[in-house]
Amino acid sequence: MANGPTRRITYRDAMREAIREALTRDPRVFLMGEDVGRYGGAYAVSKGLLAEFGPERIRDTPLSESTFVGAGIGAALGGSRPIVEVMTVNFSLLALDQIVNTAATIRHMSGGQFSVPVVIRMATGAGRQLAAQHAHSLEGWLAHVPGLRIVEPATIEDARGMLWTALQDPDPVLIFEHQTLYNLEGDLPADAGPVDIDRAVVRRHGGDVTVITYGAMLYKSLAAAATLAADGVECEVIDLRTLRPLDMNTIFESVRRTRRVAIVDEGWRSGGLSAEIAARLAESAFYDLDAPIARVCSAEVPIPYPKHLEDAAVPQAAAIVDAVRALLPAPAPR
Amino acid sequence: MSEFRMPSLGADMEAGTLVEWTKAPGDTVARGDIVAVVDTDKGAIEIEVFEPGTIERLLVEPGQKVPVGTALAIIRGANETPGAAAPAAVGAPAAPVRTRVSPAARKAAEQLHVDLAGVVGQGPGGAITVADVERAAAAGPPAPKTSTRAAGMRAAIGAAMARSKREIPHLYLSTTVDVTQPLAWLGLANQARPVTERLLPIVLFLKAVANAAVEVPAVNGTWNENGFVPGAGVHIGCAIALRDGGLVAPALHDVDKKSLGEAGRDLMDLVSRARAGSLRSSEMTDATITLTNLGDLGVDAAYAVIYPPQVAIVAIGRVVERPWVVAGRVEPRSVVTLSLSADHRAVDGRQAGAFLAAVERALQAPEAL
Repeated sequence: MANGPTRRITYRDAMREAIREALTRDPRVFLMGEDVGRYGGAYAVSKGLLAEFGPERIRDTPLSESTFVGAGIGAALGGSRPIVEVMTVNFSLLALDQIVNTAATIRHMSGGQFSVPVVIRMATGAGRQLAAQHAHSLEGWLAHVPGLRIVEPATIEDARGMLWTALQDPDPVLIFEHQTLYNLEGDLPADAGPVDIDRAVVRRHGGDVTVITYGAMLYKSLAAAATLAADGVECEVIDLRTLRPLDMNTIFESVRRTRRVAIVDEGWRSGGLSAEIAARLAESAFYDLDAPIARVCSAEVPIPYPKHLEDAAVPQAAAIVDAVRALLPAPAPR
Repeated sequence: MSEFRMPSLGADMEAGTLVEWTKAPGDTVARGDIVAVVDTDKGAIEIEVFEPGTIERLLVEPGQKVPVGTALAIIRGANETPGAAAPAAVGAPAAPVRTRVSPAARKAAEQLHVDLAGVVGQGPGGAITVADVERAAAAGPPAPKTSTRAAGMRAAIGAAMARSKREIPHLYLSTTVDVTQPLAWLGLANQARPVTERLLPIVLFLKAVANAAVEVPAVNGTWNENGFVPGAGVHIGCAIALRDGGLVAPALHDVDKKSLGEAGRDLMDLVSRARAGSLRSSEMTDATITLTNLGDLGVDAAYAVIYPPQVAIVAIGRVVERPWVVAGRVEPRSVVTLSLSADHRAVDGRQAGAFLAAVERALQAPEAL
């Protein structure tokens, strides 16, 4: 993607660099969460930061999500720029009251007098055999809530650049990091900087079908697109990046060209983010559609522990290929 | 349970409009019963059912135009209980089947002024998509909606004939036959018949062709991707000109088993029903060889184009008086030129020649027809 000099880096290290940069650039920034200090973070994202920045700015917290998320909100109200790490999205439910009833509402309830510039990072998704209580994709739930911004960096560049942009936002931003992406390695431009968190991006161009996805599903969608391209079917793959507010313009622009849509979402289908996108397409792009909207979502079960069942529960490239093919005219009989 | 589907009533038919149901849910039907009337380029055709049973459900409403193969009704077999689960093959659709058109295709059709009724969908599940509309638009200003049936039929005949000439390697043979004696015999035979039952010369030719087809079965049948399929009987497609132009060739069934009187009566019935637009589906689909008579238009001989998937067509020219050599002397005789166009994939020249010779032989013994 980049033209200039690049360097090899993992998603995990890119995230750590982003935190380090934020800590360096703005003295109001600090990181807190379970095990972020001495242990270096459940996913080793904050490894080494305690030694570098000290316990004032890299704070281990008790095992109480409601408490430390609430403390983060309070610190933000008090003028800090806290980065709160919640181990997985499952555990964030313990802090749901703080996130939904406090962080998201204070601007409104104070008549605009107070804002909550907190950034809450959390891991999400399946693929590492962590079973039902550590592997769900609940982004869609939080994306339901007005007052929050939800972003999900899928690429190294976004992992590196979204945090700083999020910290500039005067309102709460939730950053979802997919568990399977931390080891992802890629080339980061040497001059990589803050990343736009307002717009979705087209990761692959094509004129036949629009595939809308985000997070780790981006890679399965790209793999499916490569398979389909071998058969002459060109998918346009959109990485949403921001789940709230949704950048519908990028989606509409693409769908008006391709007229066919498959939404790939690791969340569950019922009442999920894919349902929201499908509904908006039906509302505003109905007459541009040439086929029903297809959805590829996780099976509606708690994510299983055994590898084969976990694989079966979440969308795989083959299922995406099938869903896209079903949108296309049947091949001419020979 | 079985599905009663929109039949293909000819090599060129893609869709038909259901005009009316002649049976209602709960009615019992026997093989050969007419259950519906379908409007095609060839006119209104009465559609017969092939399996006995009870009409369980009607899936298409009158006025709807559906592609060939679309399920029109569900028929419950004699031994099945009402409401029994439909077999897997039937699939889910309990609701009336309507043509699926994508929203984008509707918009495109509006912009490109394409009449969706004439568009065949190739999208998922047979839905009409933008590509189908664009294809229809690119095919040029199609027959406008106001086009006459004659124009539709012209297009249908054109499609069938183009396919025939494209796919079928035709071979042509002709022979000129002295029909003085058979026509004289016919004149005598008609004197003994009431006026309404008098036989036309064409009936002699019909029977002669039928008998010859029994003798040389290679010309009687159809050709599909697996090769020649012999006809299940001798069903002669009779080319009938319609009053408002156009042509149909419905089958006169089992001509070889009919007497001249029966064949004549049935032919008259077929002609009048063809012109009234009430042919039956079986008559539109199961002809095994076609006979066309251009003699009344004054041509000496005609070489016809085979109607696919049949493998042969016989054409009759006009009966003319000619100086003819009979037993070493020149005499004025009534002669007619018969030609056979045969599909060379199914019929070789020897068989074709044997067939024409058999027709001639049969004509010479009209009393045996």
